[in-house]
Amino acid sequence: MNLLFDFTVDKATKTIHITREFAADLDLVWDAFTKAEILDEWTAPKPWRVRTKEMDFREGGRWLYAMITPEKTHWSLAEFIEIKPKSSFSSRNTFSDENGNYIIDGFSLTKNSFKAGTETTTVHIEKQFDQLSTLEMMVAGGYKEGMAAGLSNLDEYLRSMVKI
Amino acid sequence: MRRDIFQAIADPTRRAIIVLIAVQAMTPNAIAEHFDITRQSISKHLRILSECDLLAHKQEGREIFYELKIDKMNEIDNWLAQFREIMKKRFQQLDQVLYTIKNKKK
Repeated sequence: MNLLFDFTVDKATKTIHITREFAADLDLVWDAFTKAEILDEWTAPKPWRVRTKEMDFREGGRWLYAMITPEKTHWSLAEFIEIKPKSSFSSRNTFSDENGNYIIDGFSLTKNSFKAGTETTTVHIEKQFDQLSTLEMMVAGGYKEGMAAGLSNLDEYLRSMVKI
Repeated sequence: MRRDIFQAIADPTRRAIIVLIAVQAMTPNAIAEHFDITRQSISKHLRILSECDLLAHKQEGREIFYELKIDKMNEIDNWLAQFREIMKKRFQQLDQVLYTIKNKKK
């Protein structure tokens, strides 16, 4: 099956729009985005893993999880802002320590919207970054090792950023 | 002071200045002629672009020409391209997970 994947960027508003179709019904796709046991299965690029420490999926609740790589464990935090069951949810995302204390000022705001089709479910993700360095961290911090081939020049890149 | 490159493109006037000086190096006066705003606010925008490290300066006689550092603009695109690949890969993993769960249910 050819599944839609659309990725567009509005630089002026620092917002990324992603639309992706999945070959499953709405109930299952919603669970895949909101239940820890399924999230742990797909949110880290293999062979690295995500392990949920806390998941409290309700408005004001949070998801605290570890991205585990051979070198290091990165802790990430999603705080849920608004939840409309089987329709959409939004969260504030940042990096934290293992107890969910912020370790950076930067964050992104994410809204995931779900729409049932006849045989597929379409998810629209709107992700707004407060600043470029947060996007850098989300790319470099959590996923760098998993993307080694594509990111071989990243170290040099980071070094050049530090000098500025 | 180091500013975030997103601050450079957050303002419509600065985006227009970027487009202008991407084509050719220009003096502040030449840039100001393209806008209905004061020389002073053009200077302010140029200062912010400069703090974002987006401007190269060239002195020719008494005039200073400003030029865009195209490489710095590409920085955003590099990060975004990598982020796109990460998301693509994650969703392919999710395809597999969904497939597995659906088969278990059958």
